Amino acid sequence: MYPSRFRYEAPRSLDEAVALLAGAGDDAKVLAGGQSLIPLMKLRFAAPGLLVDINNIPGLDYHREDADGTLRIGALARHADLERSDILRARQPTMAQASAVIADPIVRNRGTLVGSLCHADPQGDWASVVTALGGQVVARGPGGQRTIPMTDFVLGPFQNALGPAEVAVEAVIPAPRGARSGGYLKLERRVGDFATVGVAVAIETTGEMVTRAGIALTGVGGATINAAQAASALVGKPLTGQTIARAADLAAQEARPRTDHRGSAEYKRHMVRTFVVRILARSQGGDTGERAA
Amino acid sequence: MTIVYDDLGDEATEQVPTRRIAFTINGRKKIAEVEPRLLLAHLIRRGLGLTGTHMGCDTTNCGACTVLVDGRPVKSCTMLAVQVDGRAVATVESLAGPSELHPLQEGFRAEHGLQCGFCTPGMMMAASALLAENPSPTEDEVRWALSGNLCRCTGYQNIVKSVLWAAEKLRSASAG
Repeated sequence: MYPSRFRYEAPRSLDEAVALLAGAGDDAKVLAGGQSLIPLMKLRFAAPGLLVDINNIPGLDYHREDADGTLRIGALARHADLERSDILRARQPTMAQASAVIADPIVRNRGTLVGSLCHADPQGDWASVVTALGGQVVARGPGGQRTIPMTDFVLGPFQNALGPAEVAVEAVIPAPRGARSGGYLKLERRVGDFATVGVAVAIETTGEMVTRAGIALTGVGGATINAAQAASALVGKPLTGQTIARAADLAAQEARPRTDHRGSAEYKRHMVRTFVVRILARSQGGDTGERAA
Repeated sequence: MTIVYDDLGDEATEQVPTRRIAFTINGRKKIAEVEPRLLLAHLIRRGLGLTGTHMGCDTTNCGACTVLVDGRPVKSCTMLAVQVDGRAVATVESLAGPSELHPLQEGFRAEHGLQCGFCTPGMMMAASALLAENPSPTEDEVRWALSGNLCRCTGYQNIVKSVLWAAEKLRSASAG
């Protein structure tokens, strides 16, 4: 299969990339890892007139922690970089777990976290993870830079909040205010399949109390679902069998699954509940992910 | 090399814009004029005549087209040929010359790691990247590294054994 014909540009700077996009109206696409975009173009679901390949722009393949604990992931940080990351393994249990279950190991060598967020696939794992962590996307456009909360970034299936001349340059995960725990669990029929159900949980605790909670769901709705009610049911309370069960029930209610070849809606809802309980039960046991380091 | 693209009949081919790329394939420097939409797999198979790289699913699932770009395994059906400008590509042909076998190839023979053989080049390239990074993988690590490569014949058991066989052979070769 071949994509439709397109003009190809490989700029060496972000300013150049933005200028190219600005000159193309809404007929351009940014190419980062290409593991979603190239298949879409081969199937002719996408047929941009201009492809702006950002892979030759230096300085975008980082992920790093600021002094205050804020985590920044550049637009060219590959899933495989994150899977091998000591920073994630030590301090980002939700991200560390997700990084190992994105697509398959070969796809992970090319695909990027920021690209996955932009693709806004309802079955994309990273959008749930970044939503649960209260993250943001930094976009660069002709008017400068702006920061978009993840909850505002995904507008619908395959729709993001970027303007036609904007490039997503970075994902930002705010520093935790307490001890961080959580995880990402994904049900898939085989490695590389889209999620039947994915659940991202990120909580912060001070002493016994949950001070911040985020829960987001993959594959059980028309877009990434921010299970805000489930998350807020945990805040200000300790993790107990009761609070965990309550959050899991709420998350299951917030899911909007549909019956398809991957399973019935009832089954998927059940798995949302099960995964929330599993992740939180581990957090309750004091597992902050640090033992894996 | 010559311009490589398919005449799909939807436009006069002489008007098709191409880009010049310079890259290495299996250690040899090449220059190619390619249409931007040409896939890396097609450049390798049709442009360079290296048919060891197989096109299986053409949908980023099966991994038969796996090659190394700058040492990392990628699915060459899901990368544009223009993107290897300035980069190093290695295909299954790089493992050993025509009259010799790489330990991975020996391993696949010794452990009966292939039946129809279609997925084998991709399996070997994924395995070669694993062994370059981790010369003593566990069985689980081999299964992890090959989990992006599908085989419809073997049930994978013998493929895993083949890679472990090759790892052993490579270790004893470097020790000896």
